[in-house]
Amino acid sequence: MYEWLLGTGMHPSLANVILGLAKAVLIITFLATSALILILMERKVAGRIQNRPGPNRLGPGGMFQTLADAIKLVSKEDIIPSGADKAVYLLAPVVIMAASTALWVVVPFGPSTAVQDLNIGLIYIAAVTGINVLAFLMAGWSSNNKWSLLGSMRSAAQLVSYEVALVLSLVAIGMMAGSLKLSDIIAAQQGGIQNWFIFPQMLGFIIFFIAGLAEANRAPFDLPEAESELVAGYNTEYSGFRWAVFFLAEYANLMVFSALTATFFLGGPAGPLLPPIVWFFIKTYAVIFVAMWIRWTLPRIRIDHLMNLGWYVLIPLALINLGWTGLYVLWRG
Amino acid sequence: MAQTSDTLGSPPLSVPVEHELFINMGPQHPSTHGVLRVLLKVDGEVILDAKPDIGYLHRCFEKIAERRPVTQIIPYCDRTDYLAAITSEWPFVMAAERLLNVEVPERAEYIRVIVAELQRIASHLLWFGAFALDLGATSAFLYAFREREKLLDIFQKLTGARMLYNYLRVGGVRNDLYDGFADDVHRFLDDLEDKLDEYHRLLTGNRIFESRVKGIGVVTAEQAIAYGASGPVLRGAGVPYDVRKAHPYSVYDRFEFGVPVGPSGDVYSRYLVRMQEFYESMKIIRQALDGIPEGEFMGKPPRRMRLEGDTYARVESPRGEVGVYLVGNGGENPWRCHYRSPCFVHLQLLGPMAKGALIADMVAIIGSIDIVMGEVDR
Repeated sequence: MYEWLLGTGMHPSLANVILGLAKAVLIITFLATSALILILMERKVAGRIQNRPGPNRLGPGGMFQTLADAIKLVSKEDIIPSGADKAVYLLAPVVIMAASTALWVVVPFGPSTAVQDLNIGLIYIAAVTGINVLAFLMAGWSSNNKWSLLGSMRSAAQLVSYEVALVLSLVAIGMMAGSLKLSDIIAAQQGGIQNWFIFPQMLGFIIFFIAGLAEANRAPFDLPEAESELVAGYNTEYSGFRWAVFFLAEYANLMVFSALTATFFLGGPAGPLLPPIVWFFIKTYAVIFVAMWIRWTLPRIRIDHLMNLGWYVLIPLALINLGWTGLYVLWRG
Repeated sequence: MAQTSDTLGSPPLSVPVEHELFINMGPQHPSTHGVLRVLLKVDGEVILDAKPDIGYLHRCFEKIAERRPVTQIIPYCDRTDYLAAITSEWPFVMAAERLLNVEVPERAEYIRVIVAELQRIASHLLWFGAFALDLGATSAFLYAFREREKLLDIFQKLTGARMLYNYLRVGGVRNDLYDGFADDVHRFLDDLEDKLDEYHRLLTGNRIFESRVKGIGVVTAEQAIAYGASGPVLRGAGVPYDVRKAHPYSVYDRFEFGVPVGPSGDVYSRYLVRMQEFYESMKIIRQALDGIPEGEFMGKPPRRMRLEGDTYARVESPRGEVGVYLVGNGGENPWRCHYRSPCFVHLQLLGPMAKGALIADMVAIIGSIDIVMGEVDR
């Protein structure tokens, strides 16, 4: 496409801008559509687990329920609390949406299909996931609501401590593949299920999965918004479209976390017969299903236990995993 | 951040210093089970002090009772503890029967025991669901409601209502059991036994659940007695006090059942006590269904019920000891009707229980004392 744009006599930098914008629009559309599907899936899975049908009125099997909800949310009155720090309050949903969209830049949908296959893919992921905290803090602080403040303090504590375990498990992946580039990581897992990183990296997989759930604010780690404790946590004061953006970002985060799990541990788009992108989605949705299953089964963990789990269990385990990976890589030669 | 001090005549907390924050938990909070307001003084997430503020659901039950003849007060009793309407009606009906010297036929007593124990199961099911929901286990909530629904169907067939039954009468019950009642109840109990195993698998052994409830909100036996606690809160602290055993009423002395007590008075003990009470109630119901005699379901109360003298009647409700102190001076309306609510008493323990706990524990503690604000405020 880039060449085609240049062929029309366009200036290279303008062509770059247009290409970038096109990709961004594509990713945002993809995210919005995925969120619609995911929300419906979540409600259906929850319904099945809880012995009830879930949404089933609007369209076949309740397909249009999320769409109707989205329309409702968008058409709601835009409320800004009078005591809120207006600029920060308005900016927070933008920041969280930017952070969760930015992660998709490096996610490989196929062996060579990514928005931008960065050399430093792993470092990029580690860096961008950290931005989420900022958005939560902004939302909680600017709302001028004590429950929001508590929720955002929780999210800061939680995300910062789980980031460490997450990044340590990513380092092990980088060692296994010998590269920080996501396409190389996929390439290293080609050639059948025995080459998937989940087997030598079982410990890493467990750490990544738990830390990822915490990063994506999924139950049992959904403390920042713990609705039965903190009313709605950091987004207590948000309503209408802004709340919808937070909601969208939550599902975008879940999706990206699942996609990364599939990429790092389950061979990414690798698989027989079907095209790579289909395998990518099969694996991603399988991980998403497990996350939903966990959410609707377990009670919520308490904040101090969460911190203990992070610092006393996951991080030491991640360090052990790092040592093991080093030995494994040496032995493998 | 601006800190609001306590307002609206709420009980005073000491003024917060640096690091400390006042938080208003309720009356519109997802986990305060109705309209309870708790003033929290917190340092981070640690609760330094907690003061419950009640009265948002006050409906002047006791005063209304002074202006109504006995038969018209029974439906008001339903609305105190609306999750256990039968056991709310019972002490009042019992007190009136004593003042009027009305004999209750044996069959009516059996029916009362059966519905009261079914009511206990219904109430505990709701408690289980709400408690699980407070801790973030959403599915358990819906499982419990699934079972409660079947039970409410039985109640609907029997009394015509699903929550507020107005079923007990001075001298008996409003109507006899319907044909097939025993089969319905047996089928429900058999089903419930399976489902209770499921609940235990879902929560009781769960590591996260145990870490959330063990050692939280401890009430010692001395403390519980000093505050006048009863029901699962007292039994959770290890005191085997149950009105059905200690002051047997109706025909409870004919049945064999245990009084489960908890090991340590924490949230987990209260949880275990209630879970065990499901089985004890089932035992009682099965015995009562087997032993129920034929006969009248209604005694012979006088047509004009003139209350004379005073009496205190108490029953064991799902939440504890519910009592009615009824005084009559010869008129048809009670001269005074005091309603003793166990939840009101248990709420006083909230402050001591919450001190030093986290906000997340507060939710577990409120859930574990199983408050119904309708009963607290009356």
